[in-house]
Amino acid sequence: MMGTLVVDILSWVLICAGSFFVITGAVGILRMPDVFSRMHAVSVIDTAGAVLLVLGLGLQAGSLLVVFKLVVVLGLLFFIGPVASHALAQAALQAGIEPKLDQDRRGQPVAGEMGLDNTANKQTNDAGTGSRTQ
Amino acid sequence: MFFVATGAVLLALVLVVYRAISGPTVFDRVLAANSIGTLAILFLAALGFLTGRPEWLDIGLTYGLLNLIGTFAVLKFFRHGDLAFDVEEDGTE
Amino acid sequence: MRGKGSIGYILSLGFTLMAFWLAMSGHYTPFLLSVGVGCVLLCVWIAYRMHVADEEGQPIHLYSSAPRYWAWLWVEIFKSAIDVSRRIWHPSLPISPTMTRVRASQKTDVGLATYANSITLTPGTITTGVEDKILTVYALTREGADDVQSGEMDRKVSEFEGAD
Repeated sequence: MMGTLVVDILSWVLICAGSFFVITGAVGILRMPDVFSRMHAVSVIDTAGAVLLVLGLGLQAGSLLVVFKLVVVLGLLFFIGPVASHALAQAALQAGIEPKLDQDRRGQPVAGEMGLDNTANKQTNDAGTGSRTQ
Repeated sequence: MFFVATGAVLLALVLVVYRAISGPTVFDRVLAANSIGTLAILFLAALGFLTGRPEWLDIGLTYGLLNLIGTFAVLKFFRHGDLAFDVEEDGTE
Repeated sequence: MRGKGSIGYILSLGFTLMAFWLAMSGHYTPFLLSVGVGCVLLCVWIAYRMHVADEEGQPIHLYSSAPRYWAWLWVEIFKSAIDVSRRIWHPSLPISPTMTRVRASQKTDVGLATYANSITLTPGTITTGVEDKILTVYALTREGADDVQSGEMDRKVSEFEGAD
């Protein structure tokens, strides 16, 4: 009796937290200014929202097969999410849509890049991003 | 508790559908369509538990796979203007 | 390793597919089991002909170090999901989109793909392009871009890739 109560409370917590993240992501899709920043809101749904909801449902599943199916659903979401975001970002950049940037560091030299002096720049050199590759 | 999950996903779906209709660029619409797919999988899972029939998860899985292929088809079409475009054949990325 | 793929990868693929069929079906009658075996054989044959039954499709050597990396990645995902949620609900929407480039130190394609996808999976940062092991990253905030440039995830992925 005690055991099922604990499991029920745990599912409630997980499902409520998952629902919060799902709604947050949807609100983010509405509020964000351009297509690139909206992708970040979508990844909140894809990761935190999905995993918390699925974990909460999984605790209530009667059989092991249902749990396994939930795990497969989760795995599918994880592989779809980043691949779709990446393809979307690339297609949007290709189509000439530029994100509204606050700061553009693309012109700065990357530590370890050919023909560039990587000691000249403090931003990219501070924590040794490229020093391991030398 | 399944009511909470189903309700939350439905509310999120309404918000995302609004973005899909109003989205200024085609990529906003594709993004919204993609997250509608994700939300539909979660909705089917939650609804399956709500009605006591977890078999609905299978439908959710199929929906997810179709969603992935659909998103790629749309993106490939808008990037290359051709669904049969072969990067290796063409050489230019 | 290019080529037709060794027998180990083919067996591993067949075993995984059969386990998947059994778990998905849930009915164990002789007819459905034999249909399952037929489907698995067909899929393995197609994979063999497509030259995809190799270490890229079945990264057996990474299975042992995966759980530790995944646990670390999960903590990161939740930390940044909470941060992004806070910004979404904030009335003034405090975002500062930044694009930057970082160098990936992974040696194999699998490691590079893992790194790029881990960046994308973490809310707040997206990889928009990979060119000669230099990733273009779009971050929602300046702090997010700083985090990626600090190279912590890069080191973790390299550990995950090299710990065999």
